[in-house]
Amino acid sequence: MTRKLILSSPLLEITISRLCQELIENQITGIETVILGLQPRGIYFAERIQAELQKHSETAPLLGKLDATFYRDDFRRRDPLAPNSTEIPFLVENKRVILVDDVLATGRMVRAAMDALNAFGRPAKVELCVLIDRIYNRDLPIHPDYVGKSVNTLSTEKVLVEWTEQGHETDKIWLITQ
Amino acid sequence: MLKSPHLLGIKDLDAESIDLIIKTAKEFKEVLNRPIKKVPSLRDVTIANVFFENSTRTRLSFELAEKRLSADTINFSASGSSVKKGETLLDTVNNILAMKVDMIVMRHASPGAPHYLAKHIKANIINAGDGTHEHPTQALLDTYSLREKLGDLAGKKIAIIGDILHSRVALSNIYALKKQGAEVRLCGPSTLIPKHIQSLGVEVSHDVKSTLAWCDAANVLRIQLERQQIKYFPSLREYAQFFGITRQMLDELPKEIVLMHPGPINRGVELSSDAADSPHSIILDQVENGVAVRMAVLYLLAARG
Repeated sequence: MTRKLILSSPLLEITISRLCQELIENQITGIETVILGLQPRGIYFAERIQAELQKHSETAPLLGKLDATFYRDDFRRRDPLAPNSTEIPFLVENKRVILVDDVLATGRMVRAAMDALNAFGRPAKVELCVLIDRIYNRDLPIHPDYVGKSVNTLSTEKVLVEWTEQGHETDKIWLITQ
Repeated sequence: MLKSPHLLGIKDLDAESIDLIIKTAKEFKEVLNRPIKKVPSLRDVTIANVFFENSTRTRLSFELAEKRLSADTINFSASGSSVKKGETLLDTVNNILAMKVDMIVMRHASPGAPHYLAKHIKANIINAGDGTHEHPTQALLDTYSLREKLGDLAGKKIAIIGDILHSRVALSNIYALKKQGAEVRLCGPSTLIPKHIQSLGVEVSHDVKSTLAWCDAANVLRIQLERQQIKYFPSLREYAQFFGITRQMLDELPKEIVLMHPGPINRGVELSSDAADSPHSIILDQVENGVAVRMAVLYLLAARG
């Protein structure tokens, strides 16, 4: 097993800052933006995005957590994953919703998340922001609007994201080859 | 992941599985508070609700849980069926399964009926009450409701008051509470408390007032007249006098206790109306939580395939 560092702390901060500039650039006048971090691992990245956006405006967008476990398409086909909590303390109806996840690979989780999101209302616009885009691993026609870093990976490889919030010393993103 | 493909009783469930069901139910309760209270998890699962005994709450609750999970459901009740023509239980269920049913939710008057089925058929079986034996989903929803109010149940004092002898809710609750480390005291007339029940590690009392003063929560059970072939007490009025709980008794207690009842209530017998409708009572929360808990059970069992 080999580990290769893809992204680490100083560069990560620049990346997050750049993504936030793009998010602000694409704001729609008259429509409120909200952020939904995808459980379990997208929530840390979502919190970083919200904190960074706060630096640029007085009112940062509201932040929620969305868990799509019950919407997965592999239920009864593999061992079920434990559900995580969904906390959306605002209405998504007619808002610009930014779905935030750490790694985009097959796109199946994003598909499930969009289904889950529908149960809360009809957003005006849904956008996808990911830290790592594993291009060429897609199973579904899903494309991110904001990408931290695109990486070329084999399906046998894994991308591991370590956040200080999870107890790691520094933020690091690894590519793991079995 | 649950260890068994069936939920036959709490007796076979370990504390870890109870925790898993409760934790999953918490997420389903959140689903039930969404504008669209439905998830697609069980969309390729067909469930038969097979009720050989009357039920309102449990059947509605299971049916709603199944629909909220997007399962296809069929309902069967013994009255008006071929059971009346002498068909055996196994034949009836096998005929239902021949229509490609994946899970069976069954209530039956005979204790052990779901255990017997589990040995002979290939489908997930959920016991929705077997005679006076067990009613596992009721105990799980009671646990869920208690944990919402009291937190961790280890060391908490729970009283079960009323007709213990005929109650499957009592037995399942005793197993569930003991597995979570709670102290359990049973209270009722000596004729309605089974002999040797202390061997399950519970205390027995015949005094309602001191039991209420002792406990953190009281689960009051219905007097099951339909199961009583002989007289266990002189009259309902006398029972209400000695074992009925009133609002005044609750108000006189030094601390606030949680009052539960699995329903249906005989108002004026085991609970007076003002006690049942008092702020102590979480009877309707129990019903609400029942759907979430049953969703969790169905979801976790279906995952085992």
